[in-house]
Amino acid sequence: MLGWRTEAEAMRVVKLTKVKDEARGMRGLHFEDERCSEGTPGQYVMIWNPAAEEVPMSLASIGEDGRVSVVVRPVGESTEALCGMSAGDKIGLRGPFGNGYTVQGSSPLLVAGGTGAASLKPLAEEMIAKGLKPTFILGARDKDQLLLKERLESLLEDRLLTATDDGSHGYRGYASTYAKQLMSEQKFDMVYTCGPEIMMAAVFQAAEKHGVPMQASLDRYIKCAVGLCGSCGLGPYRVCKDGPVFSSEQLREVQDEFGKKRMDPSGRAVRVDH
Amino acid sequence: MSQLSLAVSIAGLKLRNPTMNAAGVLGISAPLLRRVYDGGAGAVVTKSLGGAQRMGHSNPTLVSVEGGALNAMGLPNPGAEYFVEMIRELKGEGVPVVASFFGGTIEEFREVASVLSEAGVDALEVNVSCPNVAEELGMLGADPVNTEKVTEAVKEVARSPVIVKLSPNVTDICEIAVAAERGGADAITAVNTLKGLAVDADLRKPILTNVTGGLSGPALKPVALRCVWEIYEAVEIPIIGCGGISSGRDAVEYLLSGATAVQIGTAAMDGGFDVFGEIAEGIGGYLSENGFKGVKEIVGLAHGG
Repeated sequence: MLGWRTEAEAMRVVKLTKVKDEARGMRGLHFEDERCSEGTPGQYVMIWNPAAEEVPMSLASIGEDGRVSVVVRPVGESTEALCGMSAGDKIGLRGPFGNGYTVQGSSPLLVAGGTGAASLKPLAEEMIAKGLKPTFILGARDKDQLLLKERLESLLEDRLLTATDDGSHGYRGYASTYAKQLMSEQKFDMVYTCGPEIMMAAVFQAAEKHGVPMQASLDRYIKCAVGLCGSCGLGPYRVCKDGPVFSSEQLREVQDEFGKKRMDPSGRAVRVDH
Repeated sequence: MSQLSLAVSIAGLKLRNPTMNAAGVLGISAPLLRRVYDGGAGAVVTKSLGGAQRMGHSNPTLVSVEGGALNAMGLPNPGAEYFVEMIRELKGEGVPVVASFFGGTIEEFREVASVLSEAGVDALEVNVSCPNVAEELGMLGADPVNTEKVTEAVKEVARSPVIVKLSPNVTDICEIAVAAERGGADAITAVNTLKGLAVDADLRKPILTNVTGGLSGPALKPVALRCVWEIYEAVEIPIIGCGGISSGRDAVEYLLSGATAVQIGTAAMDGGFDVFGEIAEGIGGYLSENGFKGVKEIVGLAHGG
């Protein structure tokens, strides 16, 4: 219809088919969208509750039948508005956008913190479909916030390892500390991580120490999502289009920013605080 | 046979080829602008900078529409003072920098121009044509008297060429171009985005938070090309064409219509950073195939003898 290019960037409107808690305080928004179902793990959509701001969210499930979902934690006005939606409500969608993860190597370690499990779950599914046996560390503050735990358990069985800050489930401590320990005990040939940036930076430090390449999914202030405005700039990269997944080489290149600073909506540098 | 040269000079602003990024596209940081230059641009243009930090509008701020993109970013920028360091970084790396800027008052235009001039920019591009912010910030350029006053004020403090970027959202763009020239402008950029609207039939509401936005991309090209054509016949100063350029051939059409250089924005959506070099190469290809030795030879050629 638009003729001059793909329609992924146009706004389309779909109805939510299901809204439910995927862990305490984390809402899964389910909907049907063919274009999203052709997306790959690590890609994101711009999702819009028409009463609030449009925001980027990683695809948390990518069904071949067109059924997809995202997971939202209420951290601000727009995410609160999304969490307050019900089945039947209309959302605006653009995307999916971004590069997504690249499945490489034969013994992968996946490290998820908080809502980061949303983008790593479909990656684990893809790996298992390809015959790989990923090890998955699922980290959260406590056992009730272990996102998508049941689905991941049935998928990974004993290769799902949990870490909670309060020790209420699995390893007591940060997912990054657990990952560090695991990397010194076992040999992995690729680390994938998504979660709070401070956690990912700690995972990266360990991966570098053990000489294991990494792919990390980063979060910045995304406006246009099509690589034009630069608001999501990370060094010479646009998180919206060159990312959101970055390799070890790229992370080394942006080491002054990764885990340290980010641009606010005006373009000023502010500290990364989580 | 003499060597083909793509170099152009716009009122003293020297470019290795006639391409630049349009203001607002990838201009928010030095490393991104560096990549624009590495992608082949002749010079880089900063995001429009103001006297104070601005967060811009909230999302949705961009949506694809028939034949282009509609955006209303709302002039987000860290403030001119803050950006000085970025300009110095780029200048230190040998990148020619055009600073786009705006003001709420004539005095603010003068102050910001002064800050950016001090920073050593190669040219100043006065944005009097943003369609997406309150009248007093955006569309001073809709009025010839204000355009002339702003241009004069900026010229008083400028140490490098002053380019005035015009809006197509006026009845007679030539009247504004002539006013800018009278105010002392060294060049004109034509044009900024065309004011438009996208409404979603399912939601029964406008898509952009700002309601209206600026149309860019292929749909803007015939309008912008007409503006360049008309301005070329009305003023003596050089013109930088902008609007829907996505190939070397598009750029050549602008040059033939009277532009000395071109700016590229929406095409970076598909082409990424290499689009600048590819378009410059396309211009070179056209020149050599048709026996021209330089860009200047074809500027305005479509207007006839």
